[in-house]
Amino acid sequence: MVYAPEESREMKLLLKKISLPLAEFSLNLDVEIQNQVTAIFGPSGAGKTSLLDLIVGLRHPKSAFIQLGERILTDTAGRVHVPTRHRQIGYVPQDLALFPHLSVQQNLLYGCKGTGASDSLFRYDHVTEVLEIQPLTNRRVTNLSGGEKQRVALARALLASPQLLLLDEPLASLDTVLKSKIIPYLARIRDEFHIPMLYVTHDWDEVQALCAEALIMERGQIVRREAI
Amino acid sequence: MTATEWQLLWFTALVSAVSTFLILPFGLLTAWLLARHEWPGKSIVETLVSLPLVMPPVATGLILLKILGERGAVGGFFYRHFNTDIAFTWRGVLIALAVMSFPLLVRSTRVAFEQVNPRLEQIARTLGASNARVFWTITLPLASHGVIGGMLLAFARALGEFGATIMVAGYITGKTATLSTEIYHSFNNGEDAHAYRLLGMSVALAFIAVWSSEWFMRRKKVAK
Repeated sequence: MVYAPEESREMKLLLKKISLPLAEFSLNLDVEIQNQVTAIFGPSGAGKTSLLDLIVGLRHPKSAFIQLGERILTDTAGRVHVPTRHRQIGYVPQDLALFPHLSVQQNLLYGCKGTGASDSLFRYDHVTEVLEIQPLTNRRVTNLSGGEKQRVALARALLASPQLLLLDEPLASLDTVLKSKIIPYLARIRDEFHIPMLYVTHDWDEVQALCAEALIMERGQIVRREAI
Repeated sequence: MTATEWQLLWFTALVSAVSTFLILPFGLLTAWLLARHEWPGKSIVETLVSLPLVMPPVATGLILLKILGERGAVGGFFYRHFNTDIAFTWRGVLIALAVMSFPLLVRSTRVAFEQVNPRLEQIARTLGASNARVFWTITLPLASHGVIGGMLLAFARALGEFGATIMVAGYITGKTATLSTEIYHSFNNGEDAHAYRLLGMSVALAFIAVWSSEWFMRRKKVAK
């Protein structure tokens, strides 16, 4: 079944007065992000994953004001901290974190909310069709290939109907051949679901293939922004 | 094997199993709090939980007797309000076994919880799961082999408990006598054949319980 895409979702993510002490330096940011797919580009250890953890509410900063659309997610001054489970932010970590004791289908349904008409884009059959994982649903996640695991992790995050999708180096563990197979799926997510994405990577080719803008990050700071 | 010996075996196994299930919810909660959270007084609780492992069992038994006896805080309360004795009854046996095997359950379960990749729990929360749902659907299933191993270890410890049991529940044939207290009593009275038969049963039960525990622990499904 083919669904007409909903109107494009505009993301406005405000990251203000961010201060999060890390092991060797502090994450310090003051940035506004509006593009649909924005890359966070930088070397390993620059604080990229910590930034995603902060946005999704898994880390408690010294100070921060985080707003997604109209919703304030974190405001240390106002003592606001929306719990992770209520943030409606999909997160695909670098190690994918598929639940190893559950089948592919159980993983997909874990956070699935896409049953209502208003969420037609995030319906189970649509998401599994776009990512071509319908033949995998009865398998155990431990028996999947790297590329299949990647698609299942993406689908699981999408099925929770997120307002923002965080992707932490989703292709880092794949070889060049697999990368070239997965990138079109990411492009389909971008084009069919119109969901705002933050895409962490240290591969400039991925940035060029998928993103509209890149925030270059070094030692916890955004050192420059580049339009792609 | 005489009918009395079978009754002893049944009573000991039953009361050990019940004590293990009795401590399970408290053990799971304590192990989870120790494995997944930092809180003031954590090291004190860690020490208290482990105390029965290193204290002389008779000393633990004496403490329990003071608490559970008719003049004790808990025992006195039950005696006054429910006309129920705890010390020198099967209830005393149950509590002595529970206290003595609790540290083993907590230690094994804590290790099992710590080996579950916290990232899995975090991602479950991003998918909208509450803390309770994360625990029941992610943490506990992934730690289940370690938890079952810990339960079997606690059960095995309860089977062989002597010091605390003899202090809290004494030795009353048909009421509070367990395999270990009966072996002690029989051997002291020169009933060697009876004592050796019970010894054989104890060894067989303990072997099965510890072997099963090791088997479960080795098979644990841990997501790294």
